[in-house]
Amino acid sequence: MQNIALVGNPNSGKTTLFNVLTGSNQHVGNWPGVTVEKKEGSFKHKGALYNVVDLPGTYSLGAYSEDELVARDFIVKGNPDVVINVVDSTNLERNLYLTTQLLEMGANVVVALNMMDEAESKKIKISTDDLSEALGVPVVSTVAAKRKGIEELIEGTLRAMDQKPRKIVFTYGKEIDEEISKLRSLLKEESLPYPEDWTALKLLEGDQEMLSIVDGMDKVKAHLESLHSDNVDYELDIVDKRYAYVNGITKKCVVKPDEEIITTTDRIDKVLTSRLFGLPIFGLIMYLVFQLTFVVGSDFLGGYVETAIGLFGELVEGLLVSIGSPDWLISFIIEGFVGGVGAVLVFVPLIMVLYFFLAILEDTGYMARAAYIMDGVMRAVGLHGKTFISMIVGFGCNVPGIMATRTLENKKDRMIAILINPFMSCGARLPIYLVFIAAFFPDKGGLVLFIIYALGIGMALLMGKIFSKTLFIGESSHFIMELPPYRLPSPSSVVRDMWEKVWDFVKRAGTVIFAVVALLWVLSVLPMGVEPYSQESILGRIGEFISPLFAPAGFGTWQASVSLFAGIAAKEAVVAVLGMVYAGVSEGSELVTAIRGSFTTLSAVSFLVMTLLYTPCAAVIATVKKETNSYKWAAFMAIYPFVLAWVLAVLVYQIGSLMGF
Amino acid sequence: MVLSGVKKNDKCRIKQVMGGGYARKRLYELGLNSGAELKMVKNDFGPIIVSMSGSKLAIGRGLASHIVVERD
Repeated sequence: MQNIALVGNPNSGKTTLFNVLTGSNQHVGNWPGVTVEKKEGSFKHKGALYNVVDLPGTYSLGAYSEDELVARDFIVKGNPDVVINVVDSTNLERNLYLTTQLLEMGANVVVALNMMDEAESKKIKISTDDLSEALGVPVVSTVAAKRKGIEELIEGTLRAMDQKPRKIVFTYGKEIDEEISKLRSLLKEESLPYPEDWTALKLLEGDQEMLSIVDGMDKVKAHLESLHSDNVDYELDIVDKRYAYVNGITKKCVVKPDEEIITTTDRIDKVLTSRLFGLPIFGLIMYLVFQLTFVVGSDFLGGYVETAIGLFGELVEGLLVSIGSPDWLISFIIEGFVGGVGAVLVFVPLIMVLYFFLAILEDTGYMARAAYIMDGVMRAVGLHGKTFISMIVGFGCNVPGIMATRTLENKKDRMIAILINPFMSCGARLPIYLVFIAAFFPDKGGLVLFIIYALGIGMALLMGKIFSKTLFIGESSHFIMELPPYRLPSPSSVVRDMWEKVWDFVKRAGTVIFAVVALLWVLSVLPMGVEPYSQESILGRIGEFISPLFAPAGFGTWQASVSLFAGIAAKEAVVAVLGMVYAGVSEGSELVTAIRGSFTTLSAVSFLVMTLLYTPCAAVIATVKKETNSYKWAAFMAIYPFVLAWVLAVLVYQIGSLMGF
Repeated sequence: MVLSGVKKNDKCRIKQVMGGGYARKRLYELGLNSGAELKMVKNDFGPIIVSMSGSKLAIGRGLASHIVVERD
């Protein structure tokens, strides 16, 4: 099967084109060894099947970020038959920079001049024939969002497959050209994973990956060192030359109106990014998103799911009883399986609705503005503006929240963003609050929830500040972000985006969380013959063993302790276990009454503080391990929130007691 | 003068990016290299926003103060 790679700048419509090309025949995975997402798909044309790989969106093919490394590695080593370079027609100057890098690598390029409709509305005229002539590659104009030009693009791509790419003779000026040929002759004697020309060029650009490849090659190294000691640095000159080349081309092929057109984007931005209204509007949008998420996702849809799971449980139980299954099997299936996985599935609507709205905000281009607006606030505590996006995502589930930190280029910014993300109260912690609110603050629910979430955000910012002054000293990376034009969200891409995150969550629920719930069930019925979920079970004994630890915080009971223990496995398990140990049922008014009997208002508050802040669930810790590639940071992620939460819970309880609450 | 000192709606041309390292190369690769023509869209609080050949870029204030420009 022949391979086609898609490459292009962020916001060039690359993902839309990928979706149009491959439809539903796609799957998401990871590139080996790195955390970058790999999207692959296929399409059929005249009976033949073609494989399409969507490379990460990137402005350049340097080696600064994993995204760039993955993209260029695939182009050089993955041997795609054709590379479709998706280009934003409204901004050819910058987009063609990436194109020149592709041509330098000798890739077989087809340019998709995307978003031609927007270029036309901006009165930009581009001659595709001249552009094709100047670049030496086929150029096809497309509007991926409206499925225009797709057929022509496919045909152009298939034609290009049979042809050898025309080698463009590229010049960087006499001086640099000579240096390249000198290096090339030295490199000829060595064995390289990349073409010599390109390696030489990249070495002159000071490319870290190339420098490490030639590390053992003494002649090459000596030559580079001699350049270095002569203070010769071509890094920026080469970028300049590429831009000069691009400008030469756009002068010939593009006609732009003299007068700048005030676009709708400009008008919207006047309000949304204004000093006066920017922050309040952002606050309002976030407030609405959360309101809708809780009302529609949690109360309305979540209620249906809960009822459905309850009915399903009864049905299965009836069936099991009717075929005379043993009691332990019924208990395992109903409490362990239906109860456990059901407890997780109840949150699917909540997560679905939240990510639906976040996908809309992303798709319209507002997320970039949110990062811009929050940069001032975040910078005051030593964080990068983009950190806030990962924090918002964390409100749904901290696993995608932590994965959203990948957009931070600087290691320091990213580490801090990862370590503070679990303080964003995820959807799975919500039912804990709801049960305790029902028991102690039935008429102040909204206020209590608001305080809990605000405390989480406050702790995240505080710890961010502390980390940036202690563990990760150094400059936060500079804020550079493109503000893409506002666009109407495309329903299919919003749904797809949401579905990817929800499916990820469901998969986790079906595997990790199920395993954990099953294990908890086993611990609760052993040793043989004990009353399930009683103090005599292994689970009960674990709770009893650790309960003295929580006594200073006011909830040193084996029941509370065991629910916290279970919560480290999965936060969903806290309420489920409380339900089992207190009421013998999973949830409902019996549990609320039981909790009112065993907590005081004060110990309930300190318990809420504890559940908000303590050790994140196993899935989060595993994600931290994966993303940081370090057991040390995963262990840190498990321990420091626990210490912090414990100290705060004890303070709340002790100070509250002294004050007579 | 430096970019962070340019007033709203004023146009300017980049002369030089001071400082070094990653941020400078990133700016260059985004097209903010010497000779690039910019228009200031917003310069009041937080990062500045400039428009350059039709696209908008937000640039942190600290970084913008390292970009030397001349007014057209």
